[in-house]
Amino acid sequence: MLGEGILKGMAETARNFFGSYVSKERLTTVEYPEERVPTAENARVFPFLVYDGAEWEAGMRCVACQICEKECPPKCILIDKSKDKKPDYAGKPQFYPTRFDIDISVCMSCQICVEVCPFEAIKMDTQFELATDDRFAGLLLDRKELAKSNEYYHTIHPTEATEVDSRLAEEKAKVEAKAKAAAEAAAAKAAAAPNPAPPADKPPAGGGD
Amino acid sequence: MAGKLDQIFILLRDWLAHFLPAALRPAAEVVLGVIAIVCVFPGLFALTTVFERKGLGRIQNRLGPNRVGPFGLFQPVADGIKALIKEDIVPFSANAGVHFLAPLVLVVTVFMGFAVLPMGRNMVLVNMDSGLLFYFAMGAATELSVFMAGWSSRNKYSLLGAMRAVAQMISYEVVLLLSAVSVVMISGTLSLPAIVASQNTYSGIWPHWYIFTPWGLAAFVMYAIAGTAETNRSPFDLPEGESELVAGYHTEYSGFKFALFFLGEYLAMFSISGLGTTLFLGGWSAPFSFLTLIPSWIWFFGKVMVSIFVFIWMRGTLPRLRQDQLMNFAWKFVLPFTLLDLLVTALWRFMGEGWARWVVCTVILVAAYAVMGCLGLSRKDIGPRSYRYAE
Repeated sequence: MLGEGILKGMAETARNFFGSYVSKERLTTVEYPEERVPTAENARVFPFLVYDGAEWEAGMRCVACQICEKECPPKCILIDKSKDKKPDYAGKPQFYPTRFDIDISVCMSCQICVEVCPFEAIKMDTQFELATDDRFAGLLLDRKELAKSNEYYHTIHPTEATEVDSRLAEEKAKVEAKAKAAAEAAAAKAAAAPNPAPPADKPPAGGGD
Repeated sequence: MAGKLDQIFILLRDWLAHFLPAALRPAAEVVLGVIAIVCVFPGLFALTTVFERKGLGRIQNRLGPNRVGPFGLFQPVADGIKALIKEDIVPFSANAGVHFLAPLVLVVTVFMGFAVLPMGRNMVLVNMDSGLLFYFAMGAATELSVFMAGWSSRNKYSLLGAMRAVAQMISYEVVLLLSAVSVVMISGTLSLPAIVASQNTYSGIWPHWYIFTPWGLAAFVMYAIAGTAETNRSPFDLPEGESELVAGYHTEYSGFKFALFFLGEYLAMFSISGLGTTLFLGGWSAPFSFLTLIPSWIWFFGKVMVSIFVFIWMRGTLPRLRQDQLMNFAWKFVLPFTLLDLLVTALWRFMGEGWARWVVCTVILVAAYAVMGCLGLSRKDIGPRSYRYAE
């Protein structure tokens, strides 16, 4: 019969109309500023820098290798390398960035910086409320604004963060074992042939790879 | 007391007018009536925009606007301020004069239609003997404004929208008129207050509205279809189909001129609903004889608001038609059916009182509807769409 489909459709919309007043579960949207849906674990907005421990400057994982700066497609990262070195998580002296800026008005959230970083130092944030009334300085984040603790990383990407932590711990253990072995070998050598020239301090092998 | 309340606006008008010398009173009464119409309907428009958005939201299981003021009721105020302070852009190669006049012509002609609508007992601005004719003359002028807007903008989307609008509005204008003619055939008058008066009688508690007769119901359905098309409402909103034509004939309008188009569109919706109420739903008369104590204007506006709700409900339900479907539907289904309904109305008029005319008229209309529906659905050009996907 002609018009049957229209009546069916009208009944359906009427059901939605009255149903939305009766049952809250029908409502597909949330009242955003008051009510928030937790962000998905794989959500990503802009990068941030991870630091270990409580002190952001001391615990910063970034060693200013500048790979991300070179790889960044829209060139939104600017890094200045330090002159001196400070020990990293494994106790090895490394450079650190005296300046690490990301212009999030340029960043395209491609995550390439995260993928190329050999030090697990840069990760994607889920913070999206970055509106500001200063579109130049307000959107240029410096290293202090970018630094977020490892605990924060755990809260936003728990699975990924745990994986990263175990990998870092493994590497640290490897490095320590190697250092220990080298020290033992050096001690044994020293014990075997006590000549005045001690073996040249072998650099603790391999940074992060 | 109830009588006083029923006539409260008339009494108020007379009281305000009696401060003036007797010679000026008739003119003052008309001016007061105009002021009332010009205030009430745009106010209603403001409320309707909010309720439409909220209603559509509810239909889609959303909440709708609720930020500005309690329950979002001040949203139209914010929208109005925004429209007022926006830049008014006129395209460089547009015909500036016509471009400027188009929204004015729309709003003015739509407002003219309200002059003959009886909004309550004795509440009609101009009691014309040929009120219905005047109304349709004014309604036809809105097409002019749409085409003025589309043509003067010098924009292909505007022009396409305007051409669609004119084709659609002229096609459905015929149906609108013919469905109203059946009411005129029975009531024997073109005066809208007289048409309401002819429906304002009761058998027991039941009213004699024209929608409660077979021909009246058929004419009302056709009128509703044509009225929806005439006001460019969904599912007949091709002239402004935003997915194809940006915004149709008002693509090049911004700021308050755009707001005027918006206003004109909603006013046309009120006016079509008001006329439909007057012709088929008994105008300001109460639905049951024991409810006549409630003022007549409450009934009129109540019925108009219910029609508006149905408009919104349809908008939330139906997808837009394709241009060929629209035309086929108008000329191959709605128009023949309305013509048949005219014949049935004549039959009803001349068969005299009794149950025989009920049976005969109902059978003819139902049979015609079923046959035309089946024929229409079985034919490819106005039937359901068939899709061919690339393999």
